Amino acid sequence: MRPGFFASRWGIVLAGISIGAVAALLQKLGNPANMGVCVACFQRDIAGALGLHRAAVAQYLRPEIPGFVLGSLAAALAFREFRPRGGSAPLARFLLGGFAMIGALVFLGCPWRALLRLAGGDLSALLGLAGLVFGIAIGVRFLRSGYSLGRSLPARAAVGWIFPLFMTGIVLLIAFRPAFIFSSETGPGSLHAPVLASLAAGLLIGALAQRSRFCTMGAVRDLFVARDLHLFSGVAALLVTAFLVNVIAGQFQAGFRAQPVAHSNHLWSFLGMTLAGLAFTLAGGCPGRQLFMAGEGDGDAGLFALGMISAAAFAHNFGLAGAPDKIVEGVVQVGGPAVPGQVAVLLGLVVCVALGFAMRERWEESEAALQRAGTGTGARRGTGMGAGTGMGTGTGTARMREAVDAARKGGSR
Amino acid sequence: MKTLDVRGLSCPEPVLRARRAIAGLAAGEDLEVLVETATARENVLRAARSMGCAVEIEDRAGGYRLLVRPAKGNSLQ
Repeated sequence: MRPGFFASRWGIVLAGISIGAVAALLQKLGNPANMGVCVACFQRDIAGALGLHRAAVAQYLRPEIPGFVLGSLAAALAFREFRPRGGSAPLARFLLGGFAMIGALVFLGCPWRALLRLAGGDLSALLGLAGLVFGIAIGVRFLRSGYSLGRSLPARAAVGWIFPLFMTGIVLLIAFRPAFIFSSETGPGSLHAPVLASLAAGLLIGALAQRSRFCTMGAVRDLFVARDLHLFSGVAALLVTAFLVNVIAGQFQAGFRAQPVAHSNHLWSFLGMTLAGLAFTLAGGCPGRQLFMAGEGDGDAGLFALGMISAAAFAHNFGLAGAPDKIVEGVVQVGGPAVPGQVAVLLGLVVCVALGFAMRERWEESEAALQRAGTGTGARRGTGMGAGTGMGTGTGTARMREAVDAARKGGSR
Repeated sequence: MKTLDVRGLSCPEPVLRARRAIAGLAAGEDLEVLVETATARENVLRAARSMGCAVEIEDRAGGYRLLVRPAKGNSLQ
């Protein structure tokens, strides 16, 4: 299949406009202020609803999250892009997902919410966005020096279906509301749009993002890597559209302090998002993108998302998340993370930098392997994709891939 | 013709490696890039075009094959 409309500049801009408008409208319909869509916050709420943490204000089965995955799944199936795959440093990806979540919860938002906070007038989000860009810049340095989590391999169909089925289970829990599910009565977890509106919004965004490859981290990364504005134009469209809808809907209020579900502890906003940006870059996608890839059958992306959900539980059990600003007797009390959250961010930065150094491979060696293998694709054309021409993690992986492809073609499913 | 196999690599590694391989091509030499996902296909396509190359895409079992032809007389360094 050829690249279609959504691979074009107008395609990604249309996706950004749709996501920005839908997010701002979800706020009008009941989602927390400046939190029409937040992958980190919503996964945290799901962790709470499942009882993995007991922060009473952050427990709700957010339908948007399964919507993202299942919308992406539907689009991937419809356009024959569902490719079950996995096996690229799964545990490292789980860890990166975990630290990305801790960084995001210290800031109080994923990159999507950072944009939505700014679009709602929360200027303290600028520090988070600056941290995000800084973290991505560090990650790009590692990528340029040969950082790689290694290749994934084609997997059996079941691997690709596990995460979408887990999300289907969340939808069933939303529908049947069993007694063991926790539900916030106050705080952001109690604020939500009607279930069907949230689910429909999630499905729409999931499908659009799968087609357009929308990625907030990738938008900045591609500027550094290749001066490529493609993804950035989608993110800019999201920001501008959400801003305009917020102004029209009376949801815009400019200021640095005491903004909704946010803190003005700028240093830790910056450092929290530095950690998140670095972890997203090392794992190859923002938290939304990881969910869309999981919908396309990428088991490693599903594990990244599970890492995020697990760390959300740790973050609230151990008091790592940032506290919002409070107004006490007319005076703003600046929030932010307590000492455990600060330690967790610094530990996360150390772990991510260590992974960045530890997972480098020499492209020179890869290229030498390519030279040794010659240009043998012609001879192997009958077996599908050329193998034995592996560049990167070596010809061993290429041979293994060939074996997996052959086994799948042989009908051993 | 050189071959670059970036199947299974996470974003943006296919683009980084493709850009480097294109820049290293000898005059008149073409590059075959094997990618697995549609995302990598589009990203490599954009990168190659931005470097002044013509690209042909072919569906293959388990992915796509991109044939990258640098424009004649175009310096890619």
